Amino acid sequence: MGSFMLSRLANCLYWMARYVERAENVARFIDVNTWLSLDLPGGYQEQWSPLISTTGDETLFAEHYERASKRNVIHFLTFDTRNPNSILSSIAAARENARIARQYITLETWEQINRFYFATQAGAQSAASGFEPSQDFFSEVINASHLFLGTLYATMSHNEGWHFSRLGRLIERADKTSRILDTKYYLLLPSLDAIGTPYDDIMWAAVLRSTSAFEMYRKRYQQISPDRIVEFLVLDLEFPRAIHRCVVSAEASLHIISGTPMGTFGNPAEQQLGRLCAEMNYVQVREIISGGLHEFLDDIQIRLNLTGEAIHNAFFALQPVPAMAQNPGGRQA
Amino acid sequence: MLFEGYSTEGFHDEMFDGDGSPRSYARLLFERITSVGDAELRRYQQAAEQALFRMGITFNVYGDQAGTEKIFPFDIIPRIITAGEWSQIDQGLRQRVHALNIFISDIYGEQKILKDGAIPPDLILTAKSFRQACIGLKPPQGAWCHITGTDLVRDKDGKYYVLEDNLRCPSGVSYVLQNREIMKRTFPKIFDHSNVRPVGDYPSHLLKTLQDIAPQGITSPTVALLTPGIYNSAYFEHAFLAKFMGIELVEGRDLVVMNGYVMMRTTKGFERVDVIYRRIDDDFLDPHTFRPDSMLGVAGIMDVYRAGRVALANAPGTGIADDKVVYAYVPKIIKYYLGEDPILPNVPTYVCWDDAERKHVLENLDKFVVKAANESGGYGMLVGPHSTAEQREKFKHAITADPRNYIAQPTLALSRVPVIVDDHFEGRHVDLRPYVLYGTDTFVLPGGLTRVALKKGSLVVNSSQGGGSKDTWVLSC
Repeated sequence: MGSFMLSRLANCLYWMARYVERAENVARFIDVNTWLSLDLPGGYQEQWSPLISTTGDETLFAEHYERASKRNVIHFLTFDTRNPNSILSSIAAARENARIARQYITLETWEQINRFYFATQAGAQSAASGFEPSQDFFSEVINASHLFLGTLYATMSHNEGWHFSRLGRLIERADKTSRILDTKYYLLLPSLDAIGTPYDDIMWAAVLRSTSAFEMYRKRYQQISPDRIVEFLVLDLEFPRAIHRCVVSAEASLHIISGTPMGTFGNPAEQQLGRLCAEMNYVQVREIISGGLHEFLDDIQIRLNLTGEAIHNAFFALQPVPAMAQNPGGRQA
Repeated sequence: MLFEGYSTEGFHDEMFDGDGSPRSYARLLFERITSVGDAELRRYQQAAEQALFRMGITFNVYGDQAGTEKIFPFDIIPRIITAGEWSQIDQGLRQRVHALNIFISDIYGEQKILKDGAIPPDLILTAKSFRQACIGLKPPQGAWCHITGTDLVRDKDGKYYVLEDNLRCPSGVSYVLQNREIMKRTFPKIFDHSNVRPVGDYPSHLLKTLQDIAPQGITSPTVALLTPGIYNSAYFEHAFLAKFMGIELVEGRDLVVMNGYVMMRTTKGFERVDVIYRRIDDDFLDPHTFRPDSMLGVAGIMDVYRAGRVALANAPGTGIADDKVVYAYVPKIIKYYLGEDPILPNVPTYVCWDDAERKHVLENLDKFVVKAANESGGYGMLVGPHSTAEQREKFKHAITADPRNYIAQPTLALSRVPVIVDDHFEGRHVDLRPYVLYGTDTFVLPGGLTRVALKKGSLVVNSSQGGGSKDTWVLSC
């Protein structure tokens, strides 16, 4: 393979990784919520609608379902093909992108995504015949995503295509961490009055578990405290699912792809992401909380979206043929 | 015992003599198969199928629900070809492909063969695959058809015949390589002392053939494989070959003609492409020159090709030599250009375009296989002995309405090989598609795609008609 990369393929690798990451996050939300509902008393049990808010698909959900029951929400998020962000839809889309980029990715990567797809399909089939997806199913999705990531990391050259896939994954991950934090924070805020109850601790721990951050958080701060959790999930530079860590690494990939030195920018995507990183480098958690966490996270989501669009325009969009270069005859040999 | 009750029933069997004993060259294989035991053998078979599925070695079925994928059924019992038989096939293919390349050059050049009356000019000029736009083109080394897949069959007497030539976008070679991989993975013991010639170097030969036709002055050409995309039934093969050659896999929308060159859209702007192995038909290649409604091709690519700034494999226009009517004349073509008799004979063929031959065909439709000149994949075919009166009537009308478009051949008793059917072996009909690369050098892949008709008694081996495949072993001694 030469030093260039087809725009169409770069786009596929970016979305392949994004969709796998998306599926993994949805599996996490459901997994944790299921655990949580086992622990909590009656009043808290039916907390399923916030999951739909987390993925941002309230409108679509309302079109197809009357009630945000556990069963409906899980089906919508897991196997509903009418939901383009369901686990099944995401994995199918990831596999389709992998299939297009098959000659570029390694055989191992292809086999892993293929296996992932068939396992998810098998889950959908057994759900269609009445079996609700089990805890094991969601752990399998998370594991398959890790295996995919590991395979990609260990078998593929860390070249332009790989960096595009990393970019897609990190932008998706930053977005999802911000959404988990946003919805959970609001959901849990009223219970701050009841600080010290066992449920408060359990619910905050669930926020951490949703992002696999529980153990790492404990090592870093020991005691559960909402401000510390915000700090950890937003500003930590070592934890791989923290927003700051995601955007810093995404910025690095973007600069490796373009060759533009860090600290400068060669396209609007680098400008967007660079500015976001710079602000996160200097902001403190108390400023975030006093300025409004929701506003802060909302702003991050908007800027990640803008970055995504800018990446699309800079690398994937069909570039028009420069007017001066057109040569309809082309017969001057 | 899997072979119990196995019958050769008056067909040439690739593994057993008429009296039911394994042929001398198949004895080692027979011993190995029988020594592993029935249950284990079936387990190997299942493992092979699972591996194909897991690896996503599937094809899309046209007309089926979008996204339906099937594996190309694979039977783990290999088909063996001896070194002696192969030597004849190898020589015969070289001779045939060489003559066909001279023929295509002549047709788009001086047309000597038509002027001399060795082939009726009308027949060529009315062929659907004849490309006026290719007249006067001179591809490098006079090579038009760089990649050929010729279908061979064996009749009752065990003799090889050429059934048809595929000179446009012959597919299937990826299955040859993949089948061998799967065999080695699932059944490694079977290769010991078997002296099987390797096939894995095909992509290297193909890459060299493609690099060799790069426009003059280009020392390290950018080579790309042009595919119609993931919904094409051969997409797996396109991706497979591109991957194993390390070249780009492009779709028409990735390419654009600019400043007189073919360029591809990359993340860093436009990059020049020098050689294109195109796996889309002439018709779709360039909407400016051929079908204007094509979305698969590249507008203006033929101008760049004519100017010698991009090389195309196979060259546009090669389809003229795989018209099934032209096929009937290949023995004459070989004689005309090379002054030699064909090493591999054609199946006797009646050309309906000829009044006397048509009359004979129409009177004996129930004995012939009738084929439309420009169809492939087992479509547009009548298998006389297995046909209904209604089907024959339909073909009668079609032939009378457009005699130029039909040929007829006697039904051959295609040779058979054992395949695993549930808990025992049954004989199934096979053909063989070896692959030839033609350019600065000629390379014949020692092996080829052995296609198996999986339906009992069926003579149709195409994958689109429910056929399967086997690993093909060419022995080195």
